[in-house]
Amino acid sequence: MAAEKKTKPGWKELPEGDLIIGGGTAREFKTGDWRSLRPVHIKEKCINCLTCWVYCPDSAVIVKDGKVAGFNYDYCKGCGICEHECPVKGKAIKMVSEKEALKEGGK
Amino acid sequence: MAQQTRVAKTGNEAMAEAMRQINPDVVAAYPITPATEVVQIFAGFVADGAVDTEFVPVESEHSAMSACIGASAAGGRVMTGTSSQGLALMAEMLYIAAGLRLPIVLADVNRALSSPINIHCDHSDTMMVRDSGWIQIFSENSQEAYDNMLQAVRIAEKTRLPVVVTTDGFIISHGMEAIDILDDKEVKAFVGSYRPEHYLLKLEETLTIGALDLQDYYFEHRRQLAEAVKNSKPVIEDIGKEFGKKYGRAYGLLEKYMSDDAEIVIVAIGSTAGTAKAAIEDLRKNGVKAGLVKPRVFRPFPRDEMAAALKGAKAIAVMDRSDSLSGHEGQLCTEIKAALYDSGLKKTVLDYIYGLGGREIKLSEVEAVYADLAVAAKGKTGSGINYLGVRE
Repeated sequence: MAAEKKTKPGWKELPEGDLIIGGGTAREFKTGDWRSLRPVHIKEKCINCLTCWVYCPDSAVIVKDGKVAGFNYDYCKGCGICEHECPVKGKAIKMVSEKEALKEGGK
Repeated sequence: MAQQTRVAKTGNEAMAEAMRQINPDVVAAYPITPATEVVQIFAGFVADGAVDTEFVPVESEHSAMSACIGASAAGGRVMTGTSSQGLALMAEMLYIAAGLRLPIVLADVNRALSSPINIHCDHSDTMMVRDSGWIQIFSENSQEAYDNMLQAVRIAEKTRLPVVVTTDGFIISHGMEAIDILDDKEVKAFVGSYRPEHYLLKLEETLTIGALDLQDYYFEHRRQLAEAVKNSKPVIEDIGKEFGKKYGRAYGLLEKYMSDDAEIVIVAIGSTAGTAKAAIEDLRKNGVKAGLVKPRVFRPFPRDEMAAALKGAKAIAVMDRSDSLSGHEGQLCTEIKAALYDSGLKKTVLDYIYGLGGREIKLSEVEAVYADLAVAAKGKTGSGINYLGVRE
């Protein structure tokens, strides 16, 4: 059987005993690849109330100069809370299929 | 050779005395028959100020091992004691202690598991947690219990694996024997001080212990554990040899008793090994080439050493003080057969399930096993399972 290309450390290279040495390592654990739906920001409709930013459980709403600037897809799990909480009539955030978004060249 | 004092101690007293001399940082424990005295006597040492230990009385064995894990992860030298249902209740946490590679030392007094409820000796409790990643050391008597406890601290900390040292419930735990104990200073020098590399209270290092480990890392960590258990064999042997050199009682992975030229061999663990030795002495006087091989360490299993020790035997009886309920044989017998198979040795192996729930194993019964072996050695009976001492 062909060996899988190694992208992660082997058992001899890891610290023994399920240890993670050093702090702030959660940043390296990109949970965005669990997503099956992704939020898309509709800038024209957005009133920048930042309700989505408050509610996002993964702090994945990017805000710049007091305005919503998109989503951090490295950590967004696609839960859809942002869309649900968006107070704008017709919604300024729309959840779309991750698969479709990837086909269309989305990151 | 270092000075020793001969004292009268039960197995429980011997284990508690070893713990006093080791003077661990933390002991978290919950009482259970027949192991209660181990931690009860030790709690007395704490109350008397004879040790520096933080004693944590908890509400269950699950909590006892949980507190031990926390204390060990924090960087402490940690010990506890239990038996039977207590060990079963700890089972979940035992796996965690091993997976996190925490060198906790546990005194377990072997006792039957319910049901039916029973407080007496068999090995079903220790066998139940056979695959937990703990090093398992069995004691034949109080002397070995004491010696094993001292060595267990060194073995655990060197291998970064938890170690369980067992005695047989009531037979050893409550049986008074003359044993030789070391001076406090000598024990202190032998066990040394514990200096872990990574621990939670190390202020200059940020550390996570026990993070979620999914499809991409769990397997690698379990592979590390397998390697660590395998690599503990020479460590156990070296420390056993060093103990022998310093104090006159050497230990290995297994003990051979008149087995080198033996034609009929019993394999037994724990106190029954002593009964077998008595039987062998009588048989040898009558010219019967009987022997014993006693695994001292059941995990890791001394497979190659066992096969080498049994190489010359014509027939082998394995004494299982627990039943794996496989429909075929006990846990020890399976190990022996695997060891023989891997060495290309085809032998007649009789399995004897005996002594469950503290049923006494008499000298005459061990002699009867040797008599069965003498017949089997002539090729008259094949391998098979026997229930020794059960009423038909």
